[in-house]
Amino acid sequence: MNKENPKSWRNDAYAKVTGRAKYTDDIKFPFMLHAVPVYTDSVHAIIKSIDTSAAEKAEGVVKVITHKDIKGALTFGQIIKDYQIFAKDKIFFNGDVVAMIVADTRFNAIKAIPLVNVDVEELTPILDTEVAMDPKTPFIHEEHGSNIINEHCVRRGNVEEGFKQCDIILDEVFHTQFIEHSYMEPEVAICNPRYDGVMEVYGSMQHPFSTRRFVSSTLGCALSEVEVIGTPMGGGFGGKDDTAAIVCARTALAAAITGKPVKCSYTREWSVRESYKRHPYKVYYKMGLTKDGIIKAVKCKIIADGGAYCSVTPWVTWRSTVQCCGPYTVKNVHCDTYGVYTNNVFTGAMRGFGSPQMNFVIESLIEMAARKCNLSVIEIRRRNMVRQGSTTITGQKLDNHKVAMEETLDTVLKEFLFEDKLKKCSYGKTDEDELYGVGLAMSYRGMSLGAEGVDFNSAIINVQPDGSILLETGIHENGQGSESALCMILARELGVTLERIRYRRPSTSTIPDGGTTVASRGTVLGGGAVVKAVENLKYKISEFISKKYNCEIDAVSIKDGVVHFGNDKKTFDEVIKEMFGSREYPHVLGIYRPPVVSWNEHNGQGDAYFSWTYGCQAIEISINKKTGKLKLLNAIAAHDCGKAANVEMTIGQFYGGIAMGIGYGIFEEVKFKDGKIINDNFNSYRLPRATDMPEMKAILIENPDPNSPSGAKGIGEPVNELMAPALANAIYNATGNRYFRLPIKVKLGEEEIICRRP
Amino acid sequence: MQTTINKKVYNIPDELKDVRLTDYLREYLDLTGVKNACEMRACGACAILVNDKSMRICHATVKDVENCDVLTIEGMENEDGTLHPLQQAFVDYGAVQCGFCTPGMVLTAHALLLSNNSPTREQIRKALQSNLCRCTGYQQIVDAIEAASVYYK
Repeated sequence: MNKENPKSWRNDAYAKVTGRAKYTDDIKFPFMLHAVPVYTDSVHAIIKSIDTSAAEKAEGVVKVITHKDIKGALTFGQIIKDYQIFAKDKIFFNGDVVAMIVADTRFNAIKAIPLVNVDVEELTPILDTEVAMDPKTPFIHEEHGSNIINEHCVRRGNVEEGFKQCDIILDEVFHTQFIEHSYMEPEVAICNPRYDGVMEVYGSMQHPFSTRRFVSSTLGCALSEVEVIGTPMGGGFGGKDDTAAIVCARTALAAAITGKPVKCSYTREWSVRESYKRHPYKVYYKMGLTKDGIIKAVKCKIIADGGAYCSVTPWVTWRSTVQCCGPYTVKNVHCDTYGVYTNNVFTGAMRGFGSPQMNFVIESLIEMAARKCNLSVIEIRRRNMVRQGSTTITGQKLDNHKVAMEETLDTVLKEFLFEDKLKKCSYGKTDEDELYGVGLAMSYRGMSLGAEGVDFNSAIINVQPDGSILLETGIHENGQGSESALCMILARELGVTLERIRYRRPSTSTIPDGGTTVASRGTVLGGGAVVKAVENLKYKISEFISKKYNCEIDAVSIKDGVVHFGNDKKTFDEVIKEMFGSREYPHVLGIYRPPVVSWNEHNGQGDAYFSWTYGCQAIEISINKKTGKLKLLNAIAAHDCGKAANVEMTIGQFYGGIAMGIGYGIFEEVKFKDGKIINDNFNSYRLPRATDMPEMKAILIENPDPNSPSGAKGIGEPVNELMAPALANAIYNATGNRYFRLPIKVKLGEEEIICRRP
Repeated sequence: MQTTINKKVYNIPDELKDVRLTDYLREYLDLTGVKNACEMRACGACAILVNDKSMRICHATVKDVENCDVLTIEGMENEDGTLHPLQQAFVDYGAVQCGFCTPGMVLTAHALLLSNNSPTREQIRKALQSNLCRCTGYQQIVDAIEAASVYYK
C-alpha cells in the first residue's frame, strides 16, 4: 500500500494517534471518588468475619463496601448466577473481592486496603479437574449439586463398529494452559449517579448490555435506570465481559451509596488476579483410520477447567464439542465434554472460544496419522476434509454457502510454496547447526453464536435535515474497528460517501439489546442489521418519491449521492430536505435475524451454525542447535472473509490473530502456586513482542456469504485458532519431536529452546 | 524546578518533585496520552520522549525530568494541527486498532527515526521491543514506521 492511496480508514484513528481519544481512566468528574478492590490471601475458605472498622477510619476513606451493602442480588452470572459481586460466606478463588474501599483519592483508598481484616477458615483448594469430578470430592458450589458445570456430547454412527474397520489407531492425551487476554487497558469504570435517577456507566467493557444487567441486578433497579455509554476501549479479545461488568457493578454500587461519581481503575496485577482466562483443556483423543488415511472413528473426552465460576463455560465447551473433529468428516463420533468447577481463577470467553484447544489436538493428530499411513500431510487432509455438500459430525449439510476449505488450503500451498519448503525440513536429522521446519494447520468454524444463544441485532439510521447521517448498531467498538466497518458497509449499500456518515456514540438506552460483541459476530450481525436498515431507508425514500412524483417505487434508485427516478433525478440532500418538509422522517430501524439453528443436547446433532468459515495458516521456523534459538521466519494466513468491509483492518485482524496464536503456541501461560497466580504482570507473563514476530502475509479470500446480508463472514477468531498447531507441526518437522502440551517448550537434549530473533 | 513539556516551559513547585511523572502528566496537566498499563516498565504504554530519547516513565518521578525537553503524544502534531507524517503513517497503514499502545509506539518510533532515518525492519522491531501491542501483531506498525522514515531524511 502506498501513501497516496491509503486503504485504511477508521473513524477514531486521528484521535488515537494524537492522544485525544479519552479512555475511561482519562475521564474525570467533579467531586469524583475513587474505589479499589480488597482481596484475601485465600484460595478456598469459609469467611468467618469481615472487619472494615479500621479501614473506615483511615485518611480520606468515605466508605468501605461489602456484601452487606448490596441492595439487589448478591450473585449474578450470564448462565448460572454463581458469581459473588462481593464474597459473603466463602472464598472460591484467589481473585474473590470481599470489599471495596471508596476514598477521596486512589492513593488513600489503596493505603487502606491492609486495614480490612478478614477472618477465614481455610479449606483444601480443589485445583485439578479430574479430582473435582471424583464423586468423593466435596462440591465447590453446594447449591449446584455437582462440580460438573455442564456436559455436552456428540453421538454419531457407532464408534465401536467404526474402530473395528480401522488399521491405525492413535490414542493420545493433550493438555492446554490458562492464558491471559492481556488487553492493554486494564478494567476501569466510572459510575455517575445522574440528576434523573439514572446510573450512568462508563467503562472498559465489550458487552454494554450484559454490563447493564450486572449493574441493575446489583443495584436492584430496572434496566432503564442504568445507561452504559460507549467509551474508547483498549482491547477485549473476549475478556471484557463478566469481570469488566462486575467492576462496573461494584463501582455503581459505590456511586449509588455515596451519591457521588466513583472511578475504579484496576492495576495490571488486580486485573490478572481477578479476570477470567482461556480454559485449560485436558483432551483424551482416540482416532481410528483405515490404511488409506480415512478417519473412520473418533472417541474423545474433553475436560475444561471452568475455575471458580460458570461464566460462559457451557457455551465455550459447546463450540469445542461441535468442532471436535476439526474440518474433517467422520462417520462415527463419540464425544463427551465436561466443564468443571475448581478453585482456580475462573475461565470464560476468549478469542477462539473453545476452538484453539481442539485445533491443537486435531491438527497435531492428523499429521501423526499421515506418517502412520505413509501419506503426505496434505493428502490426508484432502481425503477427509469437508467439501461442498458434506455432512458435518453433527449432521449439518454444508450446502447454503461456498465450502472453501480446499480453496484456503490450496492458497497457502501455492502462496507459501509450502510443499517445496516441506521437502527442506530437518526432522532432527541434519548435521547443520540450523534445524528447519515448516508446518500448517487448517480449520472450519461455525459463524457467530450458533445454537448457544439468541442471535440478532439492529441498526438505526437517522438521516439529518442536511443529508448527513447518524448510524448506530447494537455492536460495540472494542478497538477492532467495528464502527468504521459498519459505516463503510452503510456507505457502500446506500450509495453515499463515507464523509457524510458519523457513528453515534453508543448507549444502551438508545438501541435495542444486540447481544455481546463476541464470536466474530460484529461485522456479520451489525453489518447485516445495517444492510436491513439501508433497505428500509431506501424503501422509505422510494415511497416518498413515488407518492410525490407519481412514479413506481421500483423506479427509484440511489447512486453516488443522487436519487434517480424515471428520467428525473435529485440529489440525496434535496430529497431529504423535501422529506422533512413533508413531515417524513428519514429514520429507520433495521433488524437482522440470521437463519435459525438447531441443537439436540441428548445426541449432539443439529444444524449448529447458520454458516461456516474456512481458513489455513502456515509458519516456517529454524532452531539453532548450538545457540538454542528458535526463530520464526515467515507466516501466512488465508481465510474466507466472505466480503471484507475494511481491507486494512481485516488484514490487521489476521496479523493480530497470528500473533496471539503464536503466544498461545510457544510463549504464554498463567502460572500458579497453590492456586494463586504468580506471573501477574507483563514482566513475568510472556507476550509476543515485535522482535519475536515473523513477517506475515495475509490473504483475504472473498466468497460473499449468502446468509450474511453484507456478505461478510466473521474473521476475528478464525485467524487466532491455527497458529499453535501450525507451530507444533513446524517444530515436529524441524526436530522430529511431537509435543502434546501447550505452550510448547522445545527441548533438544537437556536444553530448553527459547524463541528469540537474532 | 523547571522543565520543558511539549515546547512549553513549566516551573514546577518543589513539593511536586516526588510525584510520579505519569500522575503529574495525566492528573495535573491532563496529558492523558501517557497510559498506565503495567506500571512495571514492561509494556511501553507510558513511553514519552525525554531529550529525544524514548523513556518508559511509570517508575519515574517529576524530578527525573528536571531541565529536560519532554515530548508527549500531545506535542507531536504540527503547529497548524495537522498530523506529523509519522502519525499520518500510523493512520494510513492501519497501524491503529484499540489505540492504547499507540502513543507509546508513535513516540518510541519517533525517537528511533530521529537517531536513524533509514532503519531496517529488524532495527524497527528492535526499537519496539519494549512496547507491547496485543491487537496488531506489530506488522502494520513496522510498515508505518518504515514508510514514515523518508520524512526524517
